Amino acid sequence: MNFSTEVKEDVTIMFAGDSGDGIQLTGAQFTDTTALFGNDISTFPNFPAEIRAPQGTVAGVSGFQLHFGSAKMNTPGDELDVLVVMNAAALKVNLKNLKKGGIIVANTDGFDPKNLKLAKYPEGVNPLKNGSLEGFKVYEIDVTKHTKSALQDSGLGTKEAERSKNMFVLGFIYWMYNRNLDNTIKFIEEKFKKRPDIIEANLKVLHAGFNFGETSEAVGTRYEVKPAPMPKGMYRGIMGNQATALGLIAAAEKSGLNLFYGTYPITPASDILHELSKFKNFGVKTYQAEDEIAAVCAAIGASFGGALGVTGSSGPGIALKTEAIGLALMLELPLVIVNVQRGGPSTGLPTKTEQADLLQAVYGRNGEAPVAVVAAKTPSNCFDMVFEACRLALEFMTPVMFLSDGYIANGAEPWRFPLANDLKAIPVSFAKEKNQGDKFMPYLRDEKLARPWAVPGVAGLEHRIGGIEKEDITGNISYDPDNHEKMVKTRAAKIAGIASYIPLQTIDQGAENADVLLLGWGGTYGALRNAVSELLAEGLSVAHAHLTYLNPFPKNLESLLRKHKYILIPELNNGQLVKIIRDKFLIDAQSLTKIQGLPFYTTDIKNAVYAILKKHSENLVCN
Amino acid sequence: MSTDINNFTAKDLITDQEVRWCPGCGDYSILKQVQTVLPELGLKREDIVFISGIGCSSRFPYYMETYGMHSIHGRATAIASGLKSVRNDLSVWIITGDGDSLSIGGNHFIHLLRRNFNVNILLFNNEIYGLTKGQYSPTTQTGQVTKSSPYGALDHAFNPAALCLGADASFVARSMDRDPLHLRQMLKRTHEHQGAAVLEIYQNCNVFNDGAFEVFTEKTTKKGNTLFVTHGEPLIFGESNNKGIVLEGTTPRVVDLENTSTNDLWIHDEQDRNKANILVRMFDNPSDDSLPRPFGVFYSENRPCYEDLMIEQVEEVTNKFGKGNLDALLRGKSVYEIK
Repeated sequence: MNFSTEVKEDVTIMFAGDSGDGIQLTGAQFTDTTALFGNDISTFPNFPAEIRAPQGTVAGVSGFQLHFGSAKMNTPGDELDVLVVMNAAALKVNLKNLKKGGIIVANTDGFDPKNLKLAKYPEGVNPLKNGSLEGFKVYEIDVTKHTKSALQDSGLGTKEAERSKNMFVLGFIYWMYNRNLDNTIKFIEEKFKKRPDIIEANLKVLHAGFNFGETSEAVGTRYEVKPAPMPKGMYRGIMGNQATALGLIAAAEKSGLNLFYGTYPITPASDILHELSKFKNFGVKTYQAEDEIAAVCAAIGASFGGALGVTGSSGPGIALKTEAIGLALMLELPLVIVNVQRGGPSTGLPTKTEQADLLQAVYGRNGEAPVAVVAAKTPSNCFDMVFEACRLALEFMTPVMFLSDGYIANGAEPWRFPLANDLKAIPVSFAKEKNQGDKFMPYLRDEKLARPWAVPGVAGLEHRIGGIEKEDITGNISYDPDNHEKMVKTRAAKIAGIASYIPLQTIDQGAENADVLLLGWGGTYGALRNAVSELLAEGLSVAHAHLTYLNPFPKNLESLLRKHKYILIPELNNGQLVKIIRDKFLIDAQSLTKIQGLPFYTTDIKNAVYAILKKHSENLVCN
Repeated sequence: MSTDINNFTAKDLITDQEVRWCPGCGDYSILKQVQTVLPELGLKREDIVFISGIGCSSRFPYYMETYGMHSIHGRATAIASGLKSVRNDLSVWIITGDGDSLSIGGNHFIHLLRRNFNVNILLFNNEIYGLTKGQYSPTTQTGQVTKSSPYGALDHAFNPAALCLGADASFVARSMDRDPLHLRQMLKRTHEHQGAAVLEIYQNCNVFNDGAFEVFTEKTTKKGNTLFVTHGEPLIFGESNNKGIVLEGTTPRVVDLENTSTNDLWIHDEQDRNKANILVRMFDNPSDDSLPRPFGVFYSENRPCYEDLMIEQVEEVTNKFGKGNLDALLRGKSVYEIK
């Protein structure tokens, strides 16, 4: 056959089907192979909220979105170039995200009357047949039939044979993008090594899919996506929650402490527990507590005993932990609180992303109760920032909140992983002797205002700590008015002082004195980066700074902000960082919000910037 | 106990903090007995940790010259669980009250018991909220008039020992503030038990619930209303040890020892869970024909402690896969090189 080959800069593919169709595996395989090829990648899985949603229904659609290309991929992609659907419901759910002129690969067997009915298409309507997909390139393939015929001599039962149909699709997409099958072949051989018959079946179907592309006349175009110019080095794929788990283990190793992770199952944070619980050979102790409160309290107890105490949850669980976080800051013990944010309030949107817990993180406790807050901006950055959270907790004897979100927690990207030796050691020194004459003063502070960490077992350092206001230096109970004021101010000064021990804020892209500065934080990094790249290419005077340290802010943040005429703060909430910035600096920052459980799209951000530039065009021209 | 292990005396356990319980509070006696017993247990003072929640009793750690934490309401059990998870070498004592452990901290309390961390829980039961000035607690008698129940409490009261057995506690005992000798014995037994040991201590709140346990503690009524159980001994009580308990099927009955031989009495067996369940259910309000209220060790069972299981699992996994290597972990299973 003769095919034309079209070169593409980047491609966004969505694999979608029933949760039983092996969609996540298909996506993950394509991701791995594509990474090996040298493309940069950003992925995002989209699971149905129900574990076993009814087959064939809209509620049961599972998706895997993958954005790959020959440049840096900052997000899993806004609009789809290719939509692979195993059934009618998958098409119905995802069609709205497909670009005009985009490609649909449809398994026609999933569009039989039964599936059409389950997807709630009106009686007699088949979107593949009624012209509604005009403007898209539609490849109709009876995947089930091809799979069965590839396996007719395999001796496998119909059900077992049908299970391989995702391999047919994968093989076909590999053909379409000129990819090598080796990595997936190796994977199948490893995964099913106890079932040679299943290996054979999967490989047969994989090849059949590939050959179908080669021989079928239906498809005339193959695509070429050249490798991305990525920094040299060793890479692996990493998801946000996985990076968080690795970051915690790394911090424990680099501080010489044992990691204790107290938690309670909650979406979307549970994967951190799943991951950590595998690594007991690092001395990691995971503790699935009876509830969120017990989880944080156990972490505090572990920290009191000299371990690296960490607790993890999502918004509703963090709310429950609030009182204990207050205790930890009163006790001035190290504690890391991982919050993988999801849509709120209350139970909210458990499987959707949001950045609405920033105010909770910074302010959400009774009394004057400051804690340090950091946030990750990408899946792999979870590693760096949770490591930082541990460092700050240990150096300053304080709770530190680490914010991730559902989007980066489940998103994946290539990660040029560090060597253990390249990670900075986190110095920890336990108190060994009395610190004031013949007495031990548990609240005598060092230059960082941190108090000594005196763990039980050391003779002569016996002391009591608690949640009641402490007397300065001695730590005894004190109701003295002046002492209380002093202690409140001291605890605040300790957290504020962290600013001297974190990196200065930098501009990610754009000029230092651009007309519009986009100030983002956390998981919106990729979307902001894309938008600003495009706006810069359009010749506009914009810049992007992205915060990962949220309390305290980097020391130079105010001066950096003041160099720009207009500050726009895009957030996936109803405007939270903007409140803090206005409050701290009296800067007239403007807010761009999106509260749909979805990430920002590039266009959301660009349009907001255009609007500012238009509104102020006179001022800007004058300058 | 050999003296060479002891590095401290009862005096060494007194802190420089003024004890601030109300004069006449039962807590004073408990503090005194704990300070008396601790030096006899063969522990190093620096290995002892007292953790409390909130309530009158929870001030306790401030008065003990050991390591200590006065935490938040109901959570001492959860904090102690975390501490024991990483430090099985410590002797951890949880000080809690009826409100702290059975109401706001009920969940952590039962889960600690089922997991069986090796800790000692001293449950000061005064059947009232004292620190908040006199509201009914989960152990307050139904119908009792308190600050928050001027027309009588509607709540059915918890039976703490039965609750502990229901949560599969491996050691359940009861004593009282006004019997120092028995209390010291029970404190020792509580310490000696390997696992989660609950010692419920009847403690008089002379301000908000004075006399709640009077019939069990006053000389004139104590003998007729209390039953002190000892492993292997028959259940005997009464003014002149003239009464006993027999088991008819699963029903305990009071018998007069003039008509019944002690050989026919119920012989206490700390390891018998079924009988322990019956024993702790002897919880009648005292009256002329009621069963006496039992004191002593009701149940004691040896089963693995959670913190030891955690360590074993870490060791097992480490033996299987080798000690974790951070570089290997960071590399993961599938790496590729961009050249």
